[in-house]
Amino acid sequence: MSRGLVELSEADEAMLGGVLGEGLALAMRVVTRVATAMGASKLLDIESAHIDSCLDHGQAGVDFAARLAKERCQVRVPTTLNVSSLDLIHPELYRGEPSTKIRARRLMQYYEDMGCQPTWTCAPYQSEQRPDFGQHIAWAESNAVVFANSVLGARTHRYGDFIDICAAVTGRAPAAGLHLEENRVGQIVLDVSGLRPSLVEVDVFYPVLGHLLGQLAGSRVPVIDGLGFGVSEDRLKALGAAAASSGSVGLFHCVGTTPEAPDLYTACGGSTAVERVVVDAEMLVRARDMLSTSTNTELGMVSLGTPHYSVREFERLVELLAGRRTHQSVNVYASTSREVLTEIELRGWVAYLEEAGVQLVTDTCTYITPIIADCHGVAMTDSAKWAHYAPGNIGVEVVFGATEDCVESAVLGRVVRDEGVWSQ
Amino acid sequence: MNKGGMSEGGISEGRVLSPGEARGALICLDEPLSFWGGVDSETGLIIDQSHPQVGQNIATKVLVMERGRGSSSGSSVLAEAIRAGTGPAGIVLAVDDEIIALGAIVADEIYGIQMPVVVLDPAVHASLCQDEREVVGSVDIGVLAPMTGPAIVRILP
Repeated sequence: MSRGLVELSEADEAMLGGVLGEGLALAMRVVTRVATAMGASKLLDIESAHIDSCLDHGQAGVDFAARLAKERCQVRVPTTLNVSSLDLIHPELYRGEPSTKIRARRLMQYYEDMGCQPTWTCAPYQSEQRPDFGQHIAWAESNAVVFANSVLGARTHRYGDFIDICAAVTGRAPAAGLHLEENRVGQIVLDVSGLRPSLVEVDVFYPVLGHLLGQLAGSRVPVIDGLGFGVSEDRLKALGAAAASSGSVGLFHCVGTTPEAPDLYTACGGSTAVERVVVDAEMLVRARDMLSTSTNTELGMVSLGTPHYSVREFERLVELLAGRRTHQSVNVYASTSREVLTEIELRGWVAYLEEAGVQLVTDTCTYITPIIADCHGVAMTDSAKWAHYAPGNIGVEVVFGATEDCVESAVLGRVVRDEGVWSQ
Repeated sequence: MNKGGMSEGGISEGRVLSPGEARGALICLDEPLSFWGGVDSETGLIIDQSHPQVGQNIATKVLVMERGRGSSSGSSVLAEAIRAGTGPAGIVLAVDDEIIALGAIVADEIYGIQMPVVVLDPAVHASLCQDEREVVGSVDIGVLAPMTGPAIVRILP
């Protein structure tokens, strides 16, 4: 059961030995210890990083960042930052302890000091600069990992906090896990070809399928067969985020759409002996029902934008609102990145959404930090990830629905869901 | 190594993801747990509403679960729990999990607190919980995870 030593380059050894400072020595120790735990025989160069450690989870994260930043560590590759605990554009939303706010801001500053770009988004793949097919990268944030691997065909393991910044400042990551070809082949096939076309054609199908996918796949690489060509990025994003919450999925293939799955045979690495699960509508209805904790129709809030809404998703939201105002008893939030915010502002949608009663949230998300107002009634969302985590994180009862359902409910002031798409 | 289950005397060998020594009450989880969104680092309570053991406390216990799940923020929450003394005494998995390993590695690096994380052969791991699940809290388990060489997991008399 023992594993061999990790082969290090001269530059790796120099960092480890403290030649370039104690901060880099610490970072390289973390990289090599994780490499050993992963059974890696060597390290590889990375071309970008996405950091999740900038979100405040307590003193340990701040202490770690301080050790690196105070030793003047700088990132060696283009590095983006995940959501933080604070909305710096709408600071008035913060309702937590002042001391926690100070700690969270200090943490953010340490990462900026190390040369990371203050993108503050969980959807860095919606930016124009994004990894290319086949590039090795070190990304954290489970939904970003699954998108980069599956949709872009870049190669990152399912990295967690701490190693993200250690990889960024050393430029190195373990040659293991999803970096390696042999670990990227499909291990379970979900056959969705028998589903009604009318179900597959609606957006809400994708986060629900993702939730089911994560439950069935666990930490295996799932392959979706039967969706045809050209599934949109927004749909794949919702699917991946759901699968990375209900399971530990870091990569999926969607035959005909994602770059490593031109056909089923290729997606499964040439194997024909892969477990196959035929998905029927009943399984999906059960998965959908698991995403709600309440049947109460009294609505207190609606949360959209987990992961951060894209420009296209805002376009859809504007269409669905159709000039209507949301009900005064319902707080409606839509989270996004500051980059997307700039674009929708130019399109005139920010004023439109504010007029409709939608509170935009940037740099963070509604379920990771105390920003939502008191919620009288259930919280509704179009995100399987939000539905999964919000009850534990912020103590709300949640109802999952389509974006269309969320908008109609927000306008009416009570929960309404179109069941038609799920029936038959 | 005994592939069929715990050997006589309840001793198993495993692989070390992060070193340390631990002993504590055994807690077997029926489902994988994400530390982020799943555990409150101020108390050690399981807060994931969809988890079958929601409301149980993992602090100072030896946590036995097949694998981790979900969010990559789990490493930070685990490291913070270890710092605050609300983390488990040790973690015994059946599948490698770098997110859990990282939380332990960083707590070791910056606070010098070692919380062992070990991986057992899945069959052995399964037998550990099958045999002892009914008596959670009444069975103590010891974990010895050295820097090099195999880990030892043992049901304590």
